[in-house]
Amino acid sequence: MRFHTFLLKYGEIGIKGKNRYLFEDALVRQIRYALKDVEGTFSVYKSQARIYVDCEGEYDYDETVEHLQRVFGLVGICPVVRMEDNGFDQLKKDVVAYMDEMYPDKNLSFKVEARRAKKSYPKTSMEINCDLGEAILEAFPETHVDVHKPDVMLHVEVRNEIYVYSQIIPGAGGMPVGTNGSAMLLLSGGIDSPVAGYMISKRGVGLEATYFHAPPYTSERAKQKVVDLAKIVARYSGPIKLHVVNFTDIQLYIYDKCPHDELTIIMRRYMMRIAEHFAKADGCLGLITGESIGQVASQTMQSLAATNDACTLPVYRPVIGFDKQEIVDISEKIDTYETSIQPFEDCCTIFVAKHPVTRPNIEVIQRSEEKLAEKIDEMVKEAIDTVEVIEVTP
Amino acid sequence: MKEVYLDNSATTKAYDSVGKIVAKVMCEDYGNPSSLHKKGVDAEQYIKGAKETFAKLFKVQEKEIFFTSGGTESDNLALIGTAMANKRAGNHLITTGIEHPAIINTMHYLEEQGFRVTFLPVDQDGRVKLDALKEALCDETILVSIMYVNNEIGSVQPIEEASKIVKAYNPKIIFHVDAVQGFGKYKIYPKKAGIDLCSISGHKIHGPKGTGVLYIDSKVKIKPIVFGGEQQKNIRSGTENVPGIAGLALAAKTIYESFDEKMETMRKLKAHFIEGVSKIDNTMIHGRFDESSAPHIISVGFKDVRSEVLLHALEEKGIYVSSGSACASNHPQVSGVLKGIGTGRDYLDSTLRFSMSEFTTLEEIDYTLDTIYNIVPMLRKYTRH
Repeated sequence: MRFHTFLLKYGEIGIKGKNRYLFEDALVRQIRYALKDVEGTFSVYKSQARIYVDCEGEYDYDETVEHLQRVFGLVGICPVVRMEDNGFDQLKKDVVAYMDEMYPDKNLSFKVEARRAKKSYPKTSMEINCDLGEAILEAFPETHVDVHKPDVMLHVEVRNEIYVYSQIIPGAGGMPVGTNGSAMLLLSGGIDSPVAGYMISKRGVGLEATYFHAPPYTSERAKQKVVDLAKIVARYSGPIKLHVVNFTDIQLYIYDKCPHDELTIIMRRYMMRIAEHFAKADGCLGLITGESIGQVASQTMQSLAATNDACTLPVYRPVIGFDKQEIVDISEKIDTYETSIQPFEDCCTIFVAKHPVTRPNIEVIQRSEEKLAEKIDEMVKEAIDTVEVIEVTP
Repeated sequence: MKEVYLDNSATTKAYDSVGKIVAKVMCEDYGNPSSLHKKGVDAEQYIKGAKETFAKLFKVQEKEIFFTSGGTESDNLALIGTAMANKRAGNHLITTGIEHPAIINTMHYLEEQGFRVTFLPVDQDGRVKLDALKEALCDETILVSIMYVNNEIGSVQPIEEASKIVKAYNPKIIFHVDAVQGFGKYKIYPKKAGIDLCSISGHKIHGPKGTGVLYIDSKVKIKPIVFGGEQQKNIRSGTENVPGIAGLALAAKTIYESFDEKMETMRKLKAHFIEGVSKIDNTMIHGRFDESSAPHIISVGFKDVRSEVLLHALEEKGIYVSSGSACASNHPQVSGVLKGIGTGRDYLDSTLRFSMSEFTTLEEIDYTLDTIYNIVPMLRKYTRH
């Protein structure tokens, strides 16, 4: 079957009152972005509270659907066959042919649901429903009509042409990116942070990211892995501005001055501060981390409180209540898992104490940080000044 | 930044002349050597010339030279091809525990096909134990495969002695040598050394990647492992990689020029490097430092330093080396070779391989030593405890 158009259904944004056009415009923008690299020529437009994608000439159907399924804000993707309006008799033939090709097994129930955008059409919606239903029943006696729970809901929309569709492919849900500001993701090479970024982005939030690079303790490949992960997340979120911060000197300095069992917490507090600096500079409205309560020593409630204390922007932790396996499931779904588990793990483990504190006391940590007073501000400034910014696109 | 490339056992920079001949053959003499017309004949000349080159260097017949896609394919063809062709004579294969994965994993595949494989132990210098070889030989043995030079620690195997033991037991047993690291460092004469099959790789001798040779003694029964247009006497189907073969032959010829001087220089540099690095406390040179160790490979353990961290720290100074064996290093795992020679736990994850080429200079070695002197104490300061 050749589909000429996709009718795209959106959910929540339909209820946004006077702001609706803003959401729709963002959605149209995101759809255009998603289809940018798909082979084919597409025109995306709004019409009567719906969004349509017309496919001109040859295009790759599977790839188009795959890319549309990544657009946050869409709940359904309906491939449409456009039929020219050459009279009702011709329409009957075309609709019967459509049913024949789409459903080789005719043992099914159906309902015709007509809608007239072009009110001058000679038949009313009810008449279209009845007459097309009759034509299908005549052509395929094994079928039957079920107006309550049909197997196939055959939509017939009368516009300048007649749009016929019966399939609804589920969309990604959520809200169009760009409608809820942007936030700064602390992106490591692990499984959790890309998932966290994906989840926040799903609510319409644009992403930036910060990665802490610690050469020679972390390798060039570990950094490349983070860029690769950002690329995958960017398929959903749109372009990500990735800040690569050289963190080695700060790490070594903390190692020199502070108790080793507090290293990770203090390190994370500086990571939050630096990420927050870039977030504020770019107008991001929050930080995002992939933390989950109790997963490791630095993610106990006490540790999270100690990390949280280091910054003023809200910190969003969308996987906070998830088990590891639940996070893995999402990472597999969004295709980051394979990249996340590549073995170029940060050699940072060298800085992890054998028995790190699991219940850090904020005041104790703050006192430890005072030992860094001599040089730390200068080092943080140096790390910020030497940041490498990578514009990541899918 | 200064660039000091000391990872020549992973791969080498091609000779400029090799790059030129490859480009010329690709763009000008691009014919298919099987074509009947002049373009084909021109291309075929390069293959004939390359066979002649290797036949001369090995002192063997031209018809005994086969071109492959590299060391791995040569090893696969040697092992699988002869195991399959000779399985009626027996099902026992022998190799060592410190072979390259191209041998080890092919042997595991053959185990799945019903062959029994003995992996011989090595001594603390990384040389195969000949007593163990004697014990392992049996009526069912059809193939023995021993590498010339170990790729991780540079130990040179007693090839001729091993061959004598094998042939004395049963002259019909096929003796294969993986000489990927040995060719270009040692002059190998298969007939004299009792070698029936010998694998070499182009990119370890300043030739192109994706090129290799398998020498197959005309007496050896072997079956192909890839099937197609029956090129190369149906032992290795597929249109010959003419540009690669031309480059490979030129590289082999070039590396044999002033051979003894080059090796002498490398040995001196190696001695100098070992002397320098030994000045650092708690370092360990793996393998012996004498004729039983290849001139280009130095494997050094630095206690309390993670090899990967040191590797990246050297990289920051423009020095490129390997941890373990680079061919398999994208799966960081403890080296089987180092375990095989009984390396202590302190050094297993702390060993780097420095590998030189004829282009390595004294100045580069001194720069590397100075850099190590600076970095190692710093890295040792920040260890996990």
